[in-house]
Amino acid sequence: MRACVETDVLSFTATKQLGEFSLDVAFEAAAGVTALFGPSGAGKTSIANMIAGLINPDRGRIVLDDEVLFDSSGVNVPPHRRRIGYVFQEGRLFPHMSVRANLLYGRRMHRLPHDDAAIRHIVDLLDISHLLERRPGRLSGGERQRVAFGRALLMQPRLLVLDEPLASLDRRRKLEILPYLVRLRDEAKVPMVYVSHQAGEIIRLASQVVRIEEGRVIANGGHELLDMRAEEMAY
Amino acid sequence: MLDLTPDEWTAILLSLRIAVVATLAALPFGIAVGYLLARGNFWGKTLVDGIVHLPLVMPPVVTGYLLLLAFGRRGPLGAFFADYLGIVFAFRWTGAALASGIMGFPLMVRAIRLSVEAIDQRLEGAAATLGANRAWVFATITLPLALPGIIAGMVLSFAKALGEFGATITFVSNIPGETQTISAAIYTLTQVPAGDAAAMRLAVVAIALSLMALIASEWLARAVNARVRGD
Repeated sequence: MRACVETDVLSFTATKQLGEFSLDVAFEAAAGVTALFGPSGAGKTSIANMIAGLINPDRGRIVLDDEVLFDSSGVNVPPHRRRIGYVFQEGRLFPHMSVRANLLYGRRMHRLPHDDAAIRHIVDLLDISHLLERRPGRLSGGERQRVAFGRALLMQPRLLVLDEPLASLDRRRKLEILPYLVRLRDEAKVPMVYVSHQAGEIIRLASQVVRIEEGRVIANGGHELLDMRAEEMAY
Repeated sequence: MLDLTPDEWTAILLSLRIAVVATLAALPFGIAVGYLLARGNFWGKTLVDGIVHLPLVMPPVVTGYLLLLAFGRRGPLGAFFADYLGIVFAFRWTGAALASGIMGFPLMVRAIRLSVEAIDQRLEGAAATLGANRAWVFATITLPLALPGIIAGMVLSFAKALGEFGATITFVSNIPGETQTISAAIYTLTQVPAGDAAAMRLAVVAIALSLMALIASEWLARAVNARVRGD
């Protein structure tokens, strides 16, 4: 395992037994976009949930920006104090609130001052200004994911975790959303952990790749770890 | 229209007051117990569930008798409420509200519990990652999403309170102007000669009130469901 150098944003070590499945993973993520790449069922979502604090490792240590978020010796910062933006595979927008209320939810909970410029910036970046008064039930899958990106970003997260954010979309929608993610990466300057089993998405977004299979890190490096199947090259 | 006598009006207004107070007073407890039964994982959960459902399966007269023992003037709880809070239940309309609130409680808890169980807990996780602590998650996600069930529970409890008879008459008797509800008044009228017409009038009122509660709840449920589903 590589030593934690100064540029690392996130240091993650965890073991967890989930029924028959055992997870034993350690990796560091630098600023920029780090991809967790591997087939479905490899344990990537469990890792994302542990980073966000939605589930706890049996043993391990999670450090973000020099703050210990979890340590099996007794530290466990609850999810609402971790300030980690999380974009879920299925959006998870609050169905009883308007898009606007969804977007502002994190800011309200963190008591951030109202900042019209910041809100307009994100709303324009994601092209969702025409959706603000709608309910999530009336959005398309792609629109819903864009709102979910905005909701996570507007609370000014220290880290953005994206768990297969494009997996629920068809191919055309994926191609439509990818440029927004590239824009987010380049303009929002928030470090990201990007979970995906699609090499095509990762090659567009991430510089660092952590390859995970059956609950273990099998390689940690760059794009050479991605095995591109012909159908994915089309991205 | 129905030509109601002052006594009949008294019984109707009293019934409404008892049902409204019973429902509103039971509501916070109903939400707490419904939530606990839906989400809690504690020792004795089955026992709590059983106790909550007792009024549904016990003869109402037994519930009324137990209330009389506990909340009568000399009962342990009755003495406490009278001495420290100044609330007397025995042979008062407040006692009728207590009895009908307890009789409707299982119905209220059941509706709330089911609606809490139906909530996608992943939404609560999402709220936590956005900075909401448990209290805020409950107030901004769980409670609004459970609202259809809460309204259904309130309507059921209200309807039960309007119609309650056995526990109420056992606990607080049948005193005109104090504890004589529509049901009790109809019962009294059927016991006297020439009470038929008045009994029929009150029966019509009871049916009308029940229908109105039903229609109001349908309308509310539709409005709230549309809100919660996000259409």
